[in-house]
Amino acid sequence: MSRLFTRDTQAIFWNNNKSAIQRMLDYDYTISREKPSIAAIVAPTSGAKFEKFFYGNDEIMIPLYKSTPEATTEHPNADVLLNFGSFRTAYDVVMEAIKLDGQFKTIMVTAEGIPERRARIMNQAARDKGVTVIGPATVGAIAPGAFKIANIGGTIENIINSKLNRCGSCGLVTRSGGLFNEMSNIISINADGIAEGVAIGGDRFVGSVFIDNLLRMESNPDVKYMILLGEVGGVEEYKVIDAVKSGKITKPIISWCIGTIAKHFESGVQFGHAGASANADAETAEAKNKAMREAGFYVPDSFNDIPATIHRVYKDLLSKGVIQKIEEPKVRKISKTRKAKNFICTISDDRGEEATYCGIPISKVATPDTGYSLGDVMSLLWFKRRYPKWAVDFIETVLKTVADHGPAVSGAHNAKVTARAGKDVVSSLISGLLTIGPRFGGAIDGAAKYFKYGYDNNLSPKEFLSYMKNQGIPIPGIGHRIKSVRNPDLRISGLKKYVNEYFPSSPVLDYALEVEKLTTSKKDNLILNVDGTIGVLMVDMWKELGYDDDEIETFIEAGALNAFFILGRCIGFIGHILDEKRLNMPMYRHPWDDILYDVEEMEA
Amino acid sequence: MAQRAIREYDGKALFSKHWKKYFDGFSYSFKSVLVSSGDELKKIAQKHGFEWLNQEPLVVKPDMLFGKRGKNGLVLFKDKKPGDVSLEVAASWIDEKISVPTVLLSGQHGTLTHFIVEPFTPHSGEQEYYISATTVGEDDVLYMSTEGGMEVEDGWEEKVTEVVIPINMQDANIDHLVHANAPADLPEDKREAFVSFAIDFFRFYRDLNFAYLEINPLVMLDNNEMAILDLVARLDDTAGYLMVDSWGKMEYPTAFGMEDQSDEEKAIAEADARSGASLKLTILNPMGRIWTMVAGGGASVVYADTIADLSGNVSDLANYGEYSGGPTTDETKFYADTIFDLMTRFKDPKGKGKILIIGGAIANFTDVAKTFTGIIQSLEEYAQKLKNVGTKIYVRRGGPNYKKGLKDIKEAADRLGLYMEVYGPETHVTDIVRMSLENGE
Repeated sequence: MSRLFTRDTQAIFWNNNKSAIQRMLDYDYTISREKPSIAAIVAPTSGAKFEKFFYGNDEIMIPLYKSTPEATTEHPNADVLLNFGSFRTAYDVVMEAIKLDGQFKTIMVTAEGIPERRARIMNQAARDKGVTVIGPATVGAIAPGAFKIANIGGTIENIINSKLNRCGSCGLVTRSGGLFNEMSNIISINADGIAEGVAIGGDRFVGSVFIDNLLRMESNPDVKYMILLGEVGGVEEYKVIDAVKSGKITKPIISWCIGTIAKHFESGVQFGHAGASANADAETAEAKNKAMREAGFYVPDSFNDIPATIHRVYKDLLSKGVIQKIEEPKVRKISKTRKAKNFICTISDDRGEEATYCGIPISKVATPDTGYSLGDVMSLLWFKRRYPKWAVDFIETVLKTVADHGPAVSGAHNAKVTARAGKDVVSSLISGLLTIGPRFGGAIDGAAKYFKYGYDNNLSPKEFLSYMKNQGIPIPGIGHRIKSVRNPDLRISGLKKYVNEYFPSSPVLDYALEVEKLTTSKKDNLILNVDGTIGVLMVDMWKELGYDDDEIETFIEAGALNAFFILGRCIGFIGHILDEKRLNMPMYRHPWDDILYDVEEMEA
Repeated sequence: MAQRAIREYDGKALFSKHWKKYFDGFSYSFKSVLVSSGDELKKIAQKHGFEWLNQEPLVVKPDMLFGKRGKNGLVLFKDKKPGDVSLEVAASWIDEKISVPTVLLSGQHGTLTHFIVEPFTPHSGEQEYYISATTVGEDDVLYMSTEGGMEVEDGWEEKVTEVVIPINMQDANIDHLVHANAPADLPEDKREAFVSFAIDFFRFYRDLNFAYLEINPLVMLDNNEMAILDLVARLDDTAGYLMVDSWGKMEYPTAFGMEDQSDEEKAIAEADARSGASLKLTILNPMGRIWTMVAGGGASVVYADTIADLSGNVSDLANYGEYSGGPTTDETKFYADTIFDLMTRFKDPKGKGKILIIGGAIANFTDVAKTFTGIIQSLEEYAQKLKNVGTKIYVRRGGPNYKKGLKDIKEAADRLGLYMEVYGPETHVTDIVRMSLENGE
């Protein structure tokens, strides 16, 4: 891995830190990345499925997941984890992520104050698996022009001022995040900006140390020279000196350790970070600066001389032809007055030449020669993908099966009464539709929900019956007024025949039929009725199409099953309404003798 | 801060609290009290359970984090001969020590306030051992020696056995490793017991999130009775939330001699504790000529470095500190008030003017104009006093809204008649130090 990040790198962001994510997306837009740098967000306590963000002046949605494994299942290519968990949770998040073999190459940890022992365990576990940990206690890292972690680099204005929008030629490693910004600025003024930069973090135990990052930069062809900003405390700088002496690092290094002030004071004054206090002479900033100077690093006389040193090294490399002049790329501007959208549409779009269903122009699905049937269009607009033929045919079968059930059912009756009152088609239709609910047509939802529950939880038919008894409701989809075992419902027979022939499998229907055996042994008409059959078959269809349990349950809760009944029955209702209009029937008034009047007279 | 020293008394109390769990098979009678005066000691001696204070000869030591107490003559273990210190003698020794300032051989000075009092434990040199554990690099290291006491520090290389224990090593392997690497010169009859104790000691150190733990000397008495004669311990306080029950309420005393914080430092520390932002102040030399008010931890260090480097005289630097993490306007004003008040108390004895550095790196997301509002309010209050001591002010800052911030503060200075130069990100972060010094000559 010679480059830490590329323009294709995508991350999973742990914790829905909206402002930091927005800054990443603003950066992505500014540098014209093809894909946003965040593939998904892990938000364990959120109930939402996605979060909206700006991408330039438009908005995009980033999916939300409850856990890292869930997110990685959907986004196997996201190989960076940005762990914004608190010091209490960050450790568990990292340990879980490391166990997902081969998923993450880099894990960044922002929390400050993770217990040292936990930080060490986590860093070691990552090292054993070849995962680069940046942090803890860091603002992160940046590969200018490719990928930027969260808040590093500051505002977009500062990023552009510091030329962090495109690749330069310096590899920068610091401990502090605040000084990282400052160094980027200095490098942009005195040289041509940075190619890759990492703030390794201020805690005593950080995952990747100076040497890890500098060795990678040594092999990164974009990096022509490196800057190391060290600190008083620790011996990490000596590992870099060893690597230079042994020839593992050959690119020029400019370096400085801050904290030279510490030598003037007794221990007890803590200058800077937790990691920053010298326990031995070799750990003082003075000693490290001297050792690095002796090893041939470019070490200025004081922090104040760093700009001049950088300028000298840059000019030298430029004159030798190691570094070429960079042509500044175009920067995309983000409007300051962008506005969040109130509505979202993910199924169709009417903005182009021709309106589309899921990206397909209507003319490409409308006529018979396109090969698209009504069921195809439904699967596009309702479920955002084209279902295979067996499923499309099933959907159409369902619609045809539920289209009408005579004039006496409540919905048809209402529609007829309304039509006879002189109302128009839409009013009449609505009055019919309004009767659809728990008692009329609602059994499909219930049957799907409960039979799925029984099946998923491996309840035996007997256990299922006692479970339903405990719920205190009759089993939805079981029982018919007239039809029975000996007098079967031919609609159901037709459905079963179709399923046997065309469904790859139908485990939930099979399960429901086992339950039916038990219920019909008690009473002959307690059959799996047409609503029940459709409900369980829909679950079978979705299972077969590869939806997971959560998705299927979301369909059921959203009322998708009921929607099939509503759509199908509209055909029948409209038929009845047109029938009334055609017959020009008069206003309907219910006869007195069909009403039981039982009104008590009030005392005057 | 992450690693924090605790008192010897508190360290021993932790041993006692967890003894059964970790050191089953050994015994330890936790006979220690922590007192601040002779009176307090006498009062405890009357309590049930502390009869030993009257019955046994005592040892008294200051318990204030510093070491080499023996060499500093601060261990009371004899009146006329070793092991004859009575309660009365101990109490009057304590009262004598708290009444006068103490200067250590290291030069640290302050007043003694805390003493640990324990029974005198007669034992022979052979019974003394050394044991400690700490973190070196990424590993834990267990140090063991058959010699305890002050002698172990001379000839450390020859006398001490080190066992490096990787962070992810399993318990069974640790046992094996310590067994295999125990000091070669352990007496045969003590070998098994010492190794077993060393393994227990390491687990105790590890599980309780110590950063450093040392017993020197550890005395192995008969019947597996252990005496912890001297103990040094540092805890990793970031593990505090995991250790609420194991540690109990833990006190982290400031280093000896450092407890004499000024009222101003205390006030800033209190404001820091109350705030989500970070406010830090250390006064290095109240008569110093150069005062800093710097945003950000890293920047505060480089300003201090640069002042020391360029002024050539570190005593010019009056203070060290930082404000960061988005302090409110009120918090910033309070911080500025404190510094302006301190720097205007004395005129420079050599008649030079004072320098005020209002510095900072390029902020990530702190609104510079907002934080400057607090400083401007404070400048308005202290303008006359600042002029009285001949203050020249140098400002450098970048980040969100910095142009407005710089313009506002410059306008305020002009209005108030204060000398001020302002610079943005185009000027190197510490270059105002050079400018201020060259201008002052």
